[in-house]
Amino acid sequence: MKLYISESASTSYENKVVLDDMILTKKLPTSAGSRMLDGYMSLFDAEIVTKLEENGYEIAAKANVGEFGIDLLGETSYYGACICEDGTLTNAVAEILKRKEANAVVCFDVNGAPRRAAAIGNLTYIKPTYGTVSRYGTIPAACSGETVGVMANDTSACRKILSIIAGHDDKDGTSLPEETCALLKADAKREPVKKIAVAKSMLASVDDKTKNLIENFKAKAAKCSVEIVEIDALELTAAKTAWNILMSAEVCNNVSRYDGIKFGYRTPKYEDIDELYTNSRTEAFGYLLKSTILYGSDALSTDNYRKVYDKALRVRRVLSEYLYKVLAEADGILIPACSKRNFTEAEVKTNKYISYDESFYTAPSSITGFPTMVTGGVQIIGKPFSENSLLDMALMFEKEGEES
Amino acid sequence: MRYETVIGLEVHVELATESKIFCSCSAKFGAEQNDNVCPACCGMPGMLPVLNKRVVDLGMTAGMMLNCHINRVTTFDKKSYYYPDLPASYQTTQWFAPICVNGTVDIKTSNGEKKVRIKQIHMEEDAGKLVHDDWTDTSLVDFNRTSVPLIEIVSQPDLSGAEEVVAYLERLRDLLRFARVSDCRWEQGSMRCDVNLSVRPEGSNVLGVRTEMKNMNSISAITRAIDYETARHIDAIENGIGKLVQETRRWDDVKGKSYPMRNKETAGDYRYFPDPNVMPVVIDDEWYDRIRKSLPDFPEVKKAHYMEEFGLSEYDADQLTQSRAFCDVFEDAYAECSMAKEAANWLISDCASILNKKQQTFDMLSISGKALGQLIKLVKEDKVSRGNAKRILAVMFEQDIDPEEYAKANGFIVNNDMGALEAIVKEVVASDTKSVTDYKNGKEKALMALFGKCMKQLKGNCNPQVLREMLIKVIDNS
Repeated sequence: MKLYISESASTSYENKVVLDDMILTKKLPTSAGSRMLDGYMSLFDAEIVTKLEENGYEIAAKANVGEFGIDLLGETSYYGACICEDGTLTNAVAEILKRKEANAVVCFDVNGAPRRAAAIGNLTYIKPTYGTVSRYGTIPAACSGETVGVMANDTSACRKILSIIAGHDDKDGTSLPEETCALLKADAKREPVKKIAVAKSMLASVDDKTKNLIENFKAKAAKCSVEIVEIDALELTAAKTAWNILMSAEVCNNVSRYDGIKFGYRTPKYEDIDELYTNSRTEAFGYLLKSTILYGSDALSTDNYRKVYDKALRVRRVLSEYLYKVLAEADGILIPACSKRNFTEAEVKTNKYISYDESFYTAPSSITGFPTMVTGGVQIIGKPFSENSLLDMALMFEKEGEES
Repeated sequence: MRYETVIGLEVHVELATESKIFCSCSAKFGAEQNDNVCPACCGMPGMLPVLNKRVVDLGMTAGMMLNCHINRVTTFDKKSYYYPDLPASYQTTQWFAPICVNGTVDIKTSNGEKKVRIKQIHMEEDAGKLVHDDWTDTSLVDFNRTSVPLIEIVSQPDLSGAEEVVAYLERLRDLLRFARVSDCRWEQGSMRCDVNLSVRPEGSNVLGVRTEMKNMNSISAITRAIDYETARHIDAIENGIGKLVQETRRWDDVKGKSYPMRNKETAGDYRYFPDPNVMPVVIDDEWYDRIRKSLPDFPEVKKAHYMEEFGLSEYDADQLTQSRAFCDVFEDAYAECSMAKEAANWLISDCASILNKKQQTFDMLSISGKALGQLIKLVKEDKVSRGNAKRILAVMFEQDIDPEEYAKANGFIVNNDMGALEAIVKEVVASDTKSVTDYKNGKEKALMALFGKCMKQLKGNCNPQVLREMLIKVIDNS
C-alpha cells in the first residue's frame, strides 16, 4: 500500500502537515497521481503551503492520490490503489491519519474523494466555502467547484489548519475579500447550529450501516438540543448529472495542457507532432481520466454545448438557490457521503465509473461551493461561511461521545 | 458577367500594456527568446489567471473610438485546440459576451465615403511563436508572446476590394494609435489580419463561397492576396478551374499564391466554455466615464482645431496630427509659450529630425511639452540663441531638464553686455587684419569668417543680428 509519493525529513508530530499530491510544493515533486506528472517539480509553492510554513508547520510528505483527484478513493493512482488486506479500498490520507502519522492533512477536493475517505475512515473533514481558501498552486481539474479541504483525527486540528489557510489571495481571481474569508478564522463570531434538515431523497439507496450513522447523528443531536427536521430535497438528486458534466468538461480542458511539449511525460515513440500528442497522452493517462476527457469533450462540442453544458450551469444556479432557501430555515442539511461503508478492489474494477455514480452524494456541495463537513461518517452542508458553526457542532458531538 | 468582391476582416491588434493579460510578465516586444515567461504564461499547472484591468481599459477605448456599444458585463471563455505554440492547449478569449459590439468606421476612397460596420471587438491572449530551424530540422517555441493581450476587431462583410480594405486598415491604425490602444506595427506583428473573401455576381444579394486567409502581416501583401484570391474565385466560378470550397488558406507572398491550409492547422471544434477562473468583468458608470473622458479627439478634429484656433497652416496641422505624441507635446508647449507656429516648427523640423536620427517613430516622442514651451520662450526673449537651443533640445530627449537652468549651468545664456561684446569683437578684428582688409575690398565672405570667429569666442551666446551689427560698426571704426 503506497501512502506517500514523497517525503521530507520530518519534524515533530505537532508541526507536521501532509498534503495530498494535488498541491504543488517547490521542495517535493507533485504527481497528481498521474504518470503524466511523475516526478514533476513545481517552480513555486501553493499559497496554502506558504501560509502553513509561515505559521511554523512543515510539509512532511505528499500523499498518494487518484489521478487528478476525480476517482472514488484514490484507486486510479499511477502509484497504485490503497487496498486493505481484506480487499477493501482505503485512501492514503485517511490511512495516514488513522495510523497517527500526521495530525492533519490538507487535501484537494475535486470530486468528493476526501469526503468519502473521511466518512469511511470516521475522521473529521471540512470542505470550506468556495473562494475562502486560495487555489493558487493546486493542480487544476474542475476549477469551478474544487476546493482545498482539511482532514484530521479531531475537530480542533481541523479548525486550527483551516484558520491558517483561509484568507484572501490576489493570485486567485475567485478568492473572496479578506473580511469574508476572516469568518473562517478560529476566533470569528458565529451562531450555534440549532436545526439540521435530513434530506430524505438522498437516503433511498444507502446501505444499512450508513442508515445507522444517520440515526446515530440524530441521537447525538437530540442530546445536544439540535432540532432535526426532515425534508424531501428531491432537488439535490439533480446535482449528480449536472456536476458530472461540468467536472468532466473542466477536467478535459484542464488536462489538455499535458501535451508532451513543454513539461510532463513525453512518449519516446513519435514521428510527427500528432503522434507526439496522441502517444504521450495515451501512455500517460489512465482509463477513468481518458473517459472523462471524452465525456467532457462531448459535453462542450458545438452540438451539445447548449443542451448539455449550458443546462448544467443552469442546474447549478437552481441548486444554489434551493440550498439558500433550505438553509434560511435550517443551519445544516444532513446527507450521506457515499452509498456504503466499504468498496472493494473487485468492485471498482468491474464498475470503472463508480465515482460518477457515487458523486450523487458529493455533487450537491461540489457544484454549489457550499461548505460541507464530514463527521460521524455523514456530511453536513452548511450556509456559506458557517464553517465555525459546523465545527462547533462536531466538537459538541465529540464531547458528547466521550461522556456517554 | 460582372462580379463584386465581398470582404470582411478580422484584425488582431496587440494592446500597449506593460504586462501580459493574466500574469505580470512584461509584454514588451523584442526581448531575448523566452525571457518574458513564467509558469502562468507557459501553461504550467497551478497558476491562476488574474486579469490585467488595463486590458479592459484599452478594449473599451478601442470600442469607443470605433463607435461600439460597450457590454457592461463581459466574460472570458476558453477555446481549446492543440498547437505547440499554445502551451495550455487552450486560449482564453471572449466568445459569449465580448466587450464591444455594433460599431462603425468611416472610410474615404475614390468611390467616396463609406461606413464599415464592426460586428464585435473581443479581448484575448496571444499565442507563442514557433521558430523553425531547417538546418537541424527542429522547431522550438518562444513563449515571450504567449498571453500578450490582443483585441480582435471583427468587421461585417462590408468591404468590396483592396482599396477599401487598405482605407479601412489605415483608418483603424490611425484611430488606435491616436488613442494609444496599440502601436499597430505590422512589421512587429502588433497588427495582423485575417481576410474573409467571397465573390458574387454584381447586384446579387446571396453571398458566394467564402475563403479565409489567415495571419496577413502587411498592407501590400493583403492587397496582392485580395487581387489573387478574387481572380481565383472568378476563375473557379466561370471556368470551373479549381474547386471552390469554404476553407482556410495561407497566403505565400513570395510565390504570390494562396494555398489551402492542412487540416491539422485548423481545429474541428474549439469547445468554447466560460473560464471559471476569470470572474465576469462588470464595467460600472465610474469606469465607463473615466475611459470616455480619456478619449482623444479624432485626428481630423484636432487638425481643424489647430488651423482655426491656432492659425496653423494645413501642412503644419496635418504633420502634427499624424501622431498623438506630437499633438500632446504641441498642446503642452503652446500652453506654456502661446506661440503655435514656433511650437509646430520645433516639432515638425527639429524634433522629427532627432527622432529620424535615432530611428524612432513619431509616436515614440517623449519630451516634456512644457519644457519645449519654455525653450521657445528663451529663444523668443533672446536669452538663448537658436543654435544653442537646438543643443538643449537634444539633451531634452535624453533627460528631464529645466531648459533655463540647464542653459545657465552650461553657459548657454546670451550675453547682453554690449561693452563686453564690443571688447571681444575688437579683439577678433585686431587679430585678423587680413580679413578686415579683404572685407573692406568688397569680399563679403571675409565678414563671415570674422563673424564665425566672434561666435566661437562667444560660445554661440549672442543674437546673430546684434553681433553682425557690432562687427560692422567695429570694422568701420577701425
